[in-house]
This record gives sequence, C-alpha cells and structure tokens, in this order.
Amino acid sequence: MEHVVIIGNGISGVTAARHIRKLSDKKITIVSAETDYFFSRTALMYVYMGHMKFEHTQPYEKWFWKKNRIDLKKGYVKQVDTKSKTLYFAEGDKLAYNKLIIATGSKPNKFGWPGQDLDGVMGMYHKQDLENLETYAPNNKVCKRGVIVGGGLIGIELAEMLSSRGIPVTFLVREKSFWNGVLPDGESAMINRHIKNHHIDLRLGANLQEIKADENGKVKSVIIAETGEEIACNVVGLTAGVSPNIDFIKDSVIETGRGVKVNRYLETNIEDVYAIGDCAEQHEAIDQRRPIEAVWYTGRMMGETVAQTICGNHIQYKPGYWFNSAKFFDIEYQTYGWVFSKPRENETHFHWKHKDDTKCITVCYDKNTNQFLGINTFGIRMRHEIFDTWLTEKRDVDYVMQHLSEANFDPEFFKRFEKDILSAFKNNLITV
Amino acid sequence: MATIQRNMSLTGDASNYLNPFQKIGTVIGLGGLAIIVFSLFTDFENKALWLTVALVALTGGILLFAKGSYSDRLEGIKNHGVWFKSVSSRGFWGWVAGVTLTGFYIILYFYEGLLGASPDSNTGIIALFDPLSKFLSGNPASQWFVYGTLYTIAILAFGIKFIWKYRHNRYEQLRTISVMFFQTAFAFLIPELMARLNSDDFSLPYNDLKNMWPLNYYAFDGWRIDQFINAETIGIVFLVFAILSVFVISPFLTYKYGKRWYCSWVCGCGGLAETAGDAFRQLSDKSMTAWKVERWVIHSVLVFSVVMTTAVISTYLGYESKGYWLTKDVFLIGVAVFLGLLFAIIWFFKRDELKKDARYGAIGYLVIVLALISIHYFSDTANSEIFIFKSSDLRSFYAFLIGAVFSGVIGTGFYPIFGSRVWCRMGCPMAGILGLQQRLFSKFRITTNGGQCISCGNCSTYCEMGIDVRAYAQKGENIVRASCVGCGICSAVCPRGVLKLENGPLEGRIDANQVLLGNDVDLLDLVNKN
Repeated sequence: MEHVVIIGNGISGVTAARHIRKLSDKKITIVSAETDYFFSRTALMYVYMGHMKFEHTQPYEKWFWKKNRIDLKKGYVKQVDTKSKTLYFAEGDKLAYNKLIIATGSKPNKFGWPGQDLDGVMGMYHKQDLENLETYAPNNKVCKRGVIVGGGLIGIELAEMLSSRGIPVTFLVREKSFWNGVLPDGESAMINRHIKNHHIDLRLGANLQEIKADENGKVKSVIIAETGEEIACNVVGLTAGVSPNIDFIKDSVIETGRGVKVNRYLETNIEDVYAIGDCAEQHEAIDQRRPIEAVWYTGRMMGETVAQTICGNHIQYKPGYWFNSAKFFDIEYQTYGWVFSKPRENETHFHWKHKDDTKCITVCYDKNTNQFLGINTFGIRMRHEIFDTWLTEKRDVDYVMQHLSEANFDPEFFKRFEKDILSAFKNNLITV
Repeated sequence: MATIQRNMSLTGDASNYLNPFQKIGTVIGLGGLAIIVFSLFTDFENKALWLTVALVALTGGILLFAKGSYSDRLEGIKNHGVWFKSVSSRGFWGWVAGVTLTGFYIILYFYEGLLGASPDSNTGIIALFDPLSKFLSGNPASQWFVYGTLYTIAILAFGIKFIWKYRHNRYEQLRTISVMFFQTAFAFLIPELMARLNSDDFSLPYNDLKNMWPLNYYAFDGWRIDQFINAETIGIVFLVFAILSVFVISPFLTYKYGKRWYCSWVCGCGGLAETAGDAFRQLSDKSMTAWKVERWVIHSVLVFSVVMTTAVISTYLGYESKGYWLTKDVFLIGVAVFLGLLFAIIWFFKRDELKKDARYGAIGYLVIVLALISIHYFSDTANSEIFIFKSSDLRSFYAFLIGAVFSGVIGTGFYPIFGSRVWCRMGCPMAGILGLQQRLFSKFRITTNGGQCISCGNCSTYCEMGIDVRAYAQKGENIVRASCVGCGICSAVCPRGVLKLENGPLEGRIDANQVLLGNDVDLLDLVNKN
C-alpha cells in the first residue's frame, strides 16, 4: 500500500490527510514535532486569555484519527533523503515514504536585532511560544510590561492577550499607521484609535534598536531606534511577520527559495515530494497573490488540492477570489476581492465610516469601467458567498452599493447601515 | 451566586481578580442571602422590611458585581479568564456552588418543612415571604412561592448583567428582555394575581400560560381539567389555549423560527439557564459520546412523558364519563391513531434525512407506545390500573424522577458541573418535541459564512447545548440540530463573523455538501463527489 507521509499537523497537512482518506485507502502518517494532535493555531490567543482551554482548540476528538486510519507520529524530521525516500528524525529513528507532503508552516521572523534570542523574547506562533509566554508573562506582577515589535495581525493579537491579564503593553509599529501596508489609511487610522482605547501604548513609526538583558540573561528593556528611548519590560514579542519553516530541507536536493518551490500542482522539483501551506512558494505568483501565502484559508485550499493530485486526479492549485478575516480587539475585519492600501492606477476607493468609530467599509472599483473589485469591512459582517458571486458576475460598483443589504451577515436585529452607506456613496462625501 | 474567583491556572495568577465593585457586590449579595438563611433561626418582627432588605440586597449585589465586571470595558466579548476562575471551570468554588445549589433543591423538593412550610402557620424562610405572597395573591407563602420569587429575581438581576455583558448585541438583549418579561409576568405575577379571583365556588389552578405540556407534565391532570371546566368560560379558554399551544401555536412558531422562540425567548427553565446560568455555559460536554447519550435520554423521557400523560388522562376518563364528552376508549384509540399518523407522515417525507439509529429509535419507541396502549385497551382491569402500573404510581414516579430530580436537582443544581442546559439538553420532553420539529420541519438554521471559519473553537466551547458547532462551520455546512435553542452565543463569540441564526427557505437548509468558497469551482465539485 502506498504510504503518504505529511510533515506538519497544521491546517494544510491535516486537510490534505482528510481528503486523501476520503479519496483513497492509502496509508497516511502525519508527523509533528510541535503537538500530538492538530489544533487551531489561530486560537492559541484564546487559551492565554482564558476563553478556552488548549483542548478546545483541537477540532477533532482523539478517536477521529484512529477511525480514519491516520497515523500520528511525534518527532522532529532533521533530514530528508529523497533518493531512498526516507525521513530521518532527530530522535534517531527513520520513516520510509512513497509520497511526501511538506506542510511545516512558518516561523516568526527575526531580523538580527541584538538580544533577539534572550530569555523572555518570543514569537507568537507555536504552542511552545504560548508556553513561553505563560512562563514569562503569567500576570502583571511577574511581567510589568510587554513590548511588541511588529504591527501586523499577530502583533495586535499579542497586545490583546497581554492586556487581558492587565499587563501594560508598548506596541512598536514600523509603519506610520497600523498595518498600513495592507489597510487603506482610513481603516488603519480607525484601528490606531481602537488600539489606544484599549490602553495600549502604541508607538507608530518606531523601530527596535536592541533588546537589553539583565544579569541573568533575561530581557530587561528595549531601545527604540528613532528616539533612543529605553523602555523597561519583562517580555518582548517579535511579531514582524513569518517566513517558511524549512531549515531542515536546506541541505536536501529539494529546491527552495524563501519557501519550498512548487509549481501550480504543488509539486516540488523532486518527484513524489509536494509542499503546501505557509511553507510553499509558487514559482510565479498567482493572480495578484503573493508567491508565499501564510494564511489559514490558502493552506486549507492547498491541502484539498494536493489530495486530489496524490490520489490520481492531477489538478492545479487555483484559488478563487481572495478573502481573509481578522479581529482587532473588538473589531472584526473581513475582506473579499482586492482592496490595496493605496488605489492602483485604474482604481479608486470609496470609504465610509460610522461615527462611533468602530465600523467602516472601503470599496475598491475600477474608475474607468466601474467594475467592483473588492471590499474591506470592519464591524459589519458580510456574506462571503454573495461577494464571490458578484465578483464572478463582474458587477459594477453601483449594483453592489444598491444591493449591499443582501450581503449583510450581522445577527438579527442589529442596526443596519446600508442606507447611510448608499447615500454617502451617492453624495460622494467621503472618498479616498 | 458564588462569585468568588480563585486562581486555578497552573502557570500563574488569573487574569482577573475581583475589583472593588465586584467585592462590594459579592458582600452585599451574600448579605441578602444571609438574611434569608438567618430567618430560619429567628422570627423577624417586621418581616416585610427584612424581606425587602434581603431581596434588594440580593438584586443590588448582582448589579454591582455586573457594574464592576463590564462598565469600564469597551463593548465586545467578555470571556477573559473564564477558564481560570475556579467557579466557572469546575474548580473548587464551582463544586461548592454545585453542592450548595443541589442541597437547596433537595430541601426544596423533599424537605420543605426544613424551610418552615406548614399548612397551619408558616415559620422560617417561608414565613419571611408571607407578606409578599399575601400582597400578591392574598394567601400565605409556600415553598413554591419562595422559589418562584428567588427564581424571578435571579432571572431579572442576572438578566440585566447579561444585557450589560452583551451590550453590543441586540439579538441577545431582546431575547433576554423577553425571558425576563415572560418570567415576571406569566410565570410569577399573573398566576399570583389570578389566585385573587378564587373563591369558595370558583377556583382556577395556578396557571402559567406559557408553561406547556409536556414541560408542564401536570397540564392535563384530572384535577386541573376539572377546575378548568368548573370555572366555565375563563377556564375553558385556558384549557383550549393549553391544547392549541401544544398542537397548533407551538408547531407553527417552531416552523417559522425554530425552537428558539420557546427555549431561549419564553421558557422559564431556559430563562434561568441564559441569565444566572450564563457563567456556566462553557461546561457542557461536546464529545460525540455525550451527543449519543443525549439523543437516547431525551427521547426516552419524551416517550415516558407521553405514556404517563396518556395513562393519567385515560384513567380519569374511565371513572365515569361525567362532564367529559370523551371516553377512555375513544381517547386511547385517538392517541394511537394520532401517533401512528404522525409517524407515517414523518417517515414518508423525511425518511432520507434520518440517520439509521434515529430510524431504529423511532420505530422502537412507536412499537413500545402502541403496545402499551393496546395492552391497556384490551385489558379489562379496574380503571385505577394502567398498563402494568397504577397510573397514579406512574405519575408520581414521573414527578419524582423527571419533575424533581432531573429538572431541578440535576438540571439546575449541577449548573457549575455540567453546564447550564443539562436539563434542556438531556431531559426536557418539550425540548424533545420542539427539537424533532426543528430538525424536520422548520425554516431555522445557523448559516455558515462561506469559507471564513478558522476552526478556533469558540463556538463549540460556548455552546450551552454541547453542539460541536465548529465541526459544521469548518466544513462550510449549515448547522441544523434538534437540540439548538438559538441562544445566538456561537455567532456572538465567533471572531471571524462566520455564524448567523436565520430563518430561510427549506430548500438547501441542510446542506451536507462542503461549500468552502475561495477554491475553484471544479475542485469543489470533486470534493463534494466523494
């Protein structure tokens, strides 16, 4: 029986395993050095905040794996020999495969800051990071202040986590405004204010110079590059993005760039070796996507796709319209289609913001053809399916604004804003 | 009511400690309780004053605690530290609260004398409540009046706390205002005031209009029917309303809105679970095993309740047909035909939707019920015997096991251990019927928003009914489950805006296909083919 081995038990690897099992009777083994069972990485924050226990982040009960004949192996793969099709583990044992899927995800970026490996400095990605945070920041007596470096999605989550335990947070954001490389100005500014309303010491346009240690090799303070200011702290979170976690194959013959290089079929340069999820790098970017997409949803799609290919149905990875979501403290964010932080040559943005400063939308459309290109929505839930349909049908922006109420996904009885939005759009009061 | 938090986390202090408002609130609330307990040992002179002080302290304490918890926080989800506080994570204080509540229920149901209930002249706690009872109904208090008062106060005070907690969520607010209203008006004030109408030649049973059969298992007891009939017009109106509720109003509303119209908007049990029980909703068991147990237990209780009610009604119809146009035989045949028809209709329209075990269960239950009815029909015993038991024994056994032990002692006493809806989920025959309707004939569903689920598990964790919501959401499937009471919390706690409670067309309501969007269409076809 063909043996499919998957390195990595995150959403990509587990989705691949589930779909291979649906389609075939192959022997499946998932290898992970991180945890015994699949868990939702995006939910780690809720464990620290006390909303859930760690076991709640595991989407499948233990019997699931046995019932579906998916073997789980805990171990750290230190070497891949593609000639003999064998994995060598740091623990000393080895495992033979017929087909190999690399789904090892990401690791937090470190940019060579002095002190970046001190005790009390951590990313917020792996389960081990969570355990570290529990050690160094269990409460606001042990941890008098946390400093977070890097204003992205993980950074703001870490800020929320620390502040949930009453730990003061200084948040260093390199950009002039939070996540401004992705979010248009109006949205980004609204989130800045929301962050401050949560009593976070938000420092915009601030870079980390170095992290200083106390006599025990533990974090003592950070120095800000621009001002030279020293901020005393007990924990430093490095959240300046992630990069593929592929050090263990750098010595193999598998081609790598920043990630594992794959074609549209998610195949590497070596036969029977595939890569999916955060660690895969497309030779050429698809549509307007990036070559490496470190997003939950794309990992899941790649897992579904590679399962088809491995089970004899050779198909390309063809993600549909872009979508994503996040939550910034209390404000939910969803995006469908493309809304870039600055409108590109042929594009224009329509921006509407509610006066309570927790809800806004930005609609991007083609200023020549009026075609609707995408929407960012904050504090108002919207339907994925409707926007998928509208994007497929290439609706113009007027149609979308007229029919916006069909896309509303807020709970029943919530106040609705479509009329306000439409009249603002008509009057063109606020445009960016 | 146990509001003291103690750190049970393995790694450090809890994220929350009691702030001054919460501390003062706890002290005042416990003070109110202390006055009530103290009345067991002393005979207060001015009972009305002390009762007022106690009830105001109880309410005020809860409200102060709520203020401390939410007033200086921004609008949003307030679940920080839920699993660190011992009271809400089955820790030490959780067990203390559970044991205390259970003890209270055991005394209430079986040893009311300890509270001071007496047919001649009340003493102790019951006597403390006499002034309020006399003010409302003109009668002295009973243990049920004491319980009803405390129950209503719990729903009102914790209801306000809940509204505060969810002040960004209109669905939660309206739903809570609704249960607060139905408890205060329908379960408490109206029946008490109606008692004032009673006189020597006119009497109505204590009648909570919204408390339907079979949740209200004594709804069609002989003595109640007699009183209704004797009370002429108004009694008949109540009786007709009770029957219409079961056979017309409730099926219609459940078709339109799902069982939530009752379970989380009207019902008193649900009302307590959603307000005072809110702190414990995360304790429900989400395992597949628990789901299997749930389906067998709740449907067994439902069958038990149908058999018991049939037995009781046929017994008093059999005495002599005075006053009833229905005879025992006609009634029994009627029940058998009705159940048979109901079963045939469900089988005809929905046979493909029912899973194998549900089909076997349904057939099994139908056979048992029909067998019991026919045994009774053909047996020529004296009317006091029903099936193999005496109907009065069957009735008492039901009242003891289901009415007292299950719904009271376990259902509410074990809030801090099994979660707030263990009775609604495992035991309530009303929820059983509404659940069947909701699963088979209703427009209600929880819609999943395309592919936006990140499998985080907040929805499943905070589902008080123990539904593994995530299992559906992460596959892009709608959630259509018999047990869902439509509390809306899964949708509220979802950090990605994935879930929405909706009433929509029946077509495509139960969509077993994976509809993850974002992937190309051909792939989705392939995924769904297998």
